[in-house]
Amino acid sequence: MTDLTRLTAAELADRLTSREVSSVEATRAHLDRIAAVEPALHSFLYVNGDEALATARDIDSRRAAGEQLHALAGVPIAIKDIVVTKGMPTTAGSKILEGWIPPYDATITTRIRAAGLPILGKTNMDEFAMGSSTEHSAFGNTHNPWDLDRIPGGSGGGSAAAVAAYEAPLAIGTDTGGSIRQPAAVTGTVGVKPTYGGVSRYGLIALASSLDQAGPVTRTVLDSALLHELIGGHDPRDSTSIDEPLPGLVAAARQGRSGDLTGLRVGVISELTGEGYQPGVRARFAESLEVLRGAGAEIVEVSCPNFKYALGAYYLILPSEASSNLAKFDGMRFGLRVEPSEGNVTAERVMGATRGAGFGDEVKRRIILGTYALSAGYYDAYYGSAQKVRTLIQRDFAAAFAQADVLVSPTAPTTAFKLGEKLDDPLAMYLNDVATIPANLAGIPGLSVPNGLSDDGLPVGFQVLAPAKADDRLYRVGAALEALLEAQWGGPILAKAPELEVAR
Amino acid sequence: MTTNGTREVDLVDYDDAVARYDPVFGIEVHVELGTRTKMFCPSVAVFGEEPNTAVSPVSLGLPGALPVVNGTAVEYAIRIGLALNCSIAETCRFARKNYFYPDVPKNFQTSQFDEPIAYDGWLDVELDDGSVFRVEIERAHMEEDAGKNTHVGGATGRIQGAEYSLIDYNRAGIPLVEVVTRPITGAGERTPEVARAYVQTLRDIFRALDVSEARMERGNVRADVNLSLRATPDSPLGTRTETKNVNSFRSVERAVRYEISRQAAILDAGGTITQETRHWHEDTGITTAGRIKSDSDDYRYFPEPDLAPVSPDRAWVEQIRAALPEMPAARRRRLRATGASLTPRCATSSTRPRSTSSSRPSPRARARGDGRLDDVDRGRVDDVAHLGVSEAPVARSRRRRAAGISGNAARICSTHARSGETGARSGSGK
Repeated sequence: MTDLTRLTAAELADRLTSREVSSVEATRAHLDRIAAVEPALHSFLYVNGDEALATARDIDSRRAAGEQLHALAGVPIAIKDIVVTKGMPTTAGSKILEGWIPPYDATITTRIRAAGLPILGKTNMDEFAMGSSTEHSAFGNTHNPWDLDRIPGGSGGGSAAAVAAYEAPLAIGTDTGGSIRQPAAVTGTVGVKPTYGGVSRYGLIALASSLDQAGPVTRTVLDSALLHELIGGHDPRDSTSIDEPLPGLVAAARQGRSGDLTGLRVGVISELTGEGYQPGVRARFAESLEVLRGAGAEIVEVSCPNFKYALGAYYLILPSEASSNLAKFDGMRFGLRVEPSEGNVTAERVMGATRGAGFGDEVKRRIILGTYALSAGYYDAYYGSAQKVRTLIQRDFAAAFAQADVLVSPTAPTTAFKLGEKLDDPLAMYLNDVATIPANLAGIPGLSVPNGLSDDGLPVGFQVLAPAKADDRLYRVGAALEALLEAQWGGPILAKAPELEVAR
Repeated sequence: MTTNGTREVDLVDYDDAVARYDPVFGIEVHVELGTRTKMFCPSVAVFGEEPNTAVSPVSLGLPGALPVVNGTAVEYAIRIGLALNCSIAETCRFARKNYFYPDVPKNFQTSQFDEPIAYDGWLDVELDDGSVFRVEIERAHMEEDAGKNTHVGGATGRIQGAEYSLIDYNRAGIPLVEVVTRPITGAGERTPEVARAYVQTLRDIFRALDVSEARMERGNVRADVNLSLRATPDSPLGTRTETKNVNSFRSVERAVRYEISRQAAILDAGGTITQETRHWHEDTGITTAGRIKSDSDDYRYFPEPDLAPVSPDRAWVEQIRAALPEMPAARRRRLRATGASLTPRCATSSTRPRSTSSSRPSPRARARGDGRLDDVDRGRVDDVAHLGVSEAPVARSRRRRAAGISGNAARICSTHARSGETGARSGSGK
């Protein structure tokens, strides 16, 4: 009998549509898998079993009644714990929100519910999405299914690990500087950061408002396209939402599966290769370029000279916005409230005690940095200059896209590092996002697709970037590379992952 | 430390004060707009409802919530700007004013900073004797109101000495326009009268424009008066104080008069004026010191990344201009000119805007504003049940009649509350 957890979302959707399997069966299979591997992985902060099964039953009966359902109806999904879900705890990986049950749904949650996807639970993450390893979660780290001693990436390590370990066929991530793409790269999964404004931010707990974007985390490019089309499109509740229809993403992914990229110009960003990238990462990247060339693509080299300032600009803009976005966590209306252990109980002192006890070190570090950068007398030098760099990076991209239809680079400089290895070195941790951050600063879409294993036997990711609102190009190129590489490998990359020890 | 109602100094006689010093003042007037919904969310903007019932995830500042600009509020702000002879910005932005205070749910106020919607205007203010004084308007900008604190316990109803405080977020997010004058000079001994007449004229305009009920007693219109004294009109500006929330015309006049006498007394004695906010006490007719306010108060303003810039279409602005009603002062002048033998008082009362048909904006302008970004497009009005906060927190807060969203959380404990009283406090409320 087929293990339903090993199917892609598209395959599972087909079997649900043909009523070969029921959503209850599929959902139960995933809940069983979660129960079996969670002790080893800790991908989830909350498992939503009863409600997921109730949704599945509802979908099964509606399908039996002949109702026309969404293509993904009945396919279970996991949601990063930064997306608010009515009636389900939402913590953003922080003690300060422990036990908070949101009274409303994010727009993407509403769309997922409306389409009838059983929500399996909420996935682990670095606190308020600050981190590249999920080690900054207040509720313990997540392990990489490829090697339990290694990080699953971050901030969305829970979503990536859940998908890689067959706990869920689909997951939602959010990407402020690479938090979807870098975990995808180090877990052998696919992750997409859509164009800024392409997916509603209403109900995402904000890290940096001008950078945050939610997107799909899946095992195949086609599955990402299916999920992206479900969650994407205009939302009047988000003023930065793009008021235009999405391009045809699923169609682009299906077209890409043909493996024909004749006439496509692929730009290699010279600043995002070479120095600082692990040899195995560089080797796989070079091989993938050859695969694309073999598919008819023209490979050109492009230069983005201002990318060297991207990390610096990012670590001013992000903390600045975060320092303001995180001000609301003060113990006055929701979440943790801590009264000072001695002295007067004033509002100010309750706020201080709550924030002191509720936030972790990385969050405090960035709030302090951002508060400083926005201060009178420093604003122009820091926040103002960083915004100028942002403009320069956008110009670099514009020039590069004049020469190429898509831009490519390795997604992350290295494969998954060991748990604890960079925990005490914030700068080393920040460098992990050097290739993914420029897309967030420019608001353009990016995808990471697995492109092999490095010398250490761990997965490597290939990043594709496209101009704003041309997300379809990601899917075409990503699906082509995926199809051609899987033909070489004789199957998906995750087939090479070690089987996890299963509890019970 | 000053206690309420106690004078800090012996005042100088007012006539002596204005004989020796030249007063310079500026007024910031906040007007609550009479839109159906709040500035950035579909919560109903109401007065006098049960506390914490006209709220949404946005006006409560819940994690994940995002603002959407109320198009009707933008139209009202443009009406005000045009009536004050301001330029209307081709494009303007909202900014975050960051400060921690429990009545500001996000711990920042969404306001406008260096890019207001209206700027560089003027207003002719008619004084009691019929003479006209021109006040230069620096800017009129859009922002959101804060929630309302009720300080319980203690003698004064102020936070000092209170046992605990309750917050009602119904007012949080109600659209405000703040009208800021340039420093007003040359009013001399008539400074208090000019200040009062200015606020009164503004109030009449707000009513004529139909942008607000503009009821002072409800706090729809609130005035903050900045005042300083200098030796002569050629001297550099002196240190100013800002007297907050002066909520009647008569109080504006009295507060200005009081501040002139108080500051003169300090200067006469060789003292220096402390730059600070001051509270006006209606009952005792004096001001007392609030917090020290310096020019370096740092609100860490930065452009609101959750909102796109507002770029009012020029044709729309012109439509609004064309639909503006006749201003009360112009109407008075016209009635006088047409030979109606009205005493000034009669003329004034005959211009009560709600009794005149011309004070209503054209239906077209109204529809245009409502159809832009407001209510429908921004999603349906959330009732409390839809928010799901009804069960535990709001139900409890209804019993308390005023509370925040989570039981304990809403009650900020004031400076003098003792931590041992937690149990007693949580059962209290009325």
